[in-house]
Amino acid sequence: MSARRIFARPARYAAVAPYVWMGLFFLVPFGFVLKISLSQTAIAQPPYLPLFDVTEGWAAIKAAFAQLSLDNFRLLASDNLYISSYLRSLVVAVTATLILLLIGYPVAYGMARLPQRWQAIAMMLVIVPFWTSFLIRIYAWINILQHDGLLNQILLALHLVSAPVVWLSTDTAMYIGIVYSYLPFMILPLYATLAKMDPSLLEAAGDLGASPLRAFWLVTFPLSLPGVGAGALLCFIPVVGEFVIPDLLAGSGSMMIGQTLWLEFFTNKDWPVAAAAAVALLVLLVPPLLLYDRLQRRELEGGR
Amino acid sequence: MAQRIGQISRFNITALALGMAFLYLPIVILVIYSFNASRLVTVWGGWSLRWYHEFFNDRAMLDAAWMSLRVAAVSASIATLLGTLAAVGLVRGERFRGRSLFSGMLYAPLVMPEVISGLSLLLLFVALNAERGFWTVTIAHTTLTMCFVTVVVQSRLAALDRSLEEAAMDLGCDPLQAFLRVTLPLIVPAIAAGWMLAFTLSLDDVVIASFTTGPGSATLPIRIYSEVRLGVKPEINAICTMVIALIAVVIVIASLASKLSSSDGKSAAPL
Repeated sequence: MSARRIFARPARYAAVAPYVWMGLFFLVPFGFVLKISLSQTAIAQPPYLPLFDVTEGWAAIKAAFAQLSLDNFRLLASDNLYISSYLRSLVVAVTATLILLLIGYPVAYGMARLPQRWQAIAMMLVIVPFWTSFLIRIYAWINILQHDGLLNQILLALHLVSAPVVWLSTDTAMYIGIVYSYLPFMILPLYATLAKMDPSLLEAAGDLGASPLRAFWLVTFPLSLPGVGAGALLCFIPVVGEFVIPDLLAGSGSMMIGQTLWLEFFTNKDWPVAAAAAVALLVLLVPPLLLYDRLQRRELEGGR
Repeated sequence: MAQRIGQISRFNITALALGMAFLYLPIVILVIYSFNASRLVTVWGGWSLRWYHEFFNDRAMLDAAWMSLRVAAVSASIATLLGTLAAVGLVRGERFRGRSLFSGMLYAPLVMPEVISGLSLLLLFVALNAERGFWTVTIAHTTLTMCFVTVVVQSRLAALDRSLEEAAMDLGCDPLQAFLRVTLPLIVPAIAAGWMLAFTLSLDDVVIASFTTGPGSATLPIRIYSEVRLGVKPEINAICTMVIALIAVVIVIASLASKLSSSDGKSAAPL
């Protein structure tokens, strides 16, 4: 029996505490979301009436099950507000991801072409904003985009516009905020695949007569597709459920599904519908999550 | 002869410079304006520490900042402990029952929208009749951030040469001793980086904290968020600058830690 095997046994027990924690605070809560999404609105009205008391035992739980209904999902499917926020989330996430790719790719490409020493510094520079508070970075943009903010001052001083442009509470501001916040998530996976690429492939393409642009399109870009996929999903998935950025920067016209959920929960205090919206959001995210998982797995296997 | 492909071109440099400017300019502008003497956020009235002074006289903001720091410190510590254990279990534990469920649970919160995590935890706390406040926010943040700690420690642990542990065991250590004396010192920088990442993530979170906190115990981001919704206030610039400064210190420590302990001194990045 090798040392490796002997070691495996105690190491296994290391997982017990985190396993229990995640089960208790990650898995079980989803059970509650599902349960509440299936219950009647009236039961869950605040002041925070528990749906059933655990101490009341099995009979109470069985009684609670008997009350399950799909009404909240029917409401979601029939109300335009939910369908439109569902669709808007998809549109915003797709658009933002495309913009992120357009901006992130040249930056990642430039990083991968830097001398080795500079690459580490550039990577550090991309990671630092990721550590810097997300809320503060959005707030920084409000400073710039507001009516008499810096952007309008510059535009006016340069005589590019004759009156201040309304930036805040528009979709433009929201896209700026999303692109700004998620750019590191796009650059890092792209950089990882581009930096791994063998430069001799490009030299070979050049020797065979390809122009730099052609070589990029025929060699570099196809080889970077795993990075493109990973970066796109890494941005798309969280943007779908985004709440803070659209709430602070977008207009009040139409909401994303994360905002709808928030509104149902905090303003309308309709917990069952909020829970149903959470389930719907989760369902929306399952296909991209599975895709991401597959991409990751292929990447790991390819790396061996 | 065509220009050599693969060399850095003017286009590359421009793209990089613009990208970096986009990432940093807003933050720089915010920091500069936090020292603005004028009440109007957009009119420059000379350098002043007025808004910092204002913050230190704002009881509610100070309470929120204190609450945030405590939550971040406690949740980061629990998250680091649990996350490290999870990483050890995943990398060194080989196969155990329910392993894929376990790793799935650890990856899900990394991509899960915060509104879902926040809502589901709140519904749990309500069902358990738990009083919401410091501990519920701390538990929620621990659950989210331990996943990040696991990823950081796991990648370091996976890159580590196993023969070191095996050598220690050949020399008479039991597995636990081998881990504590050989492996643990080698992964300490990753653990430290994980703690700091968890700390900054907790200090940053609005959504999950809003769902899981009770009346009267708001964290700093919740306060900032509700102020920002009402419009820009110069005091917020000062608070944000202080948070940025705090996080900058954390990053410098984290990168120094990982630089000092990595044998080749190459990996300066905190992740």
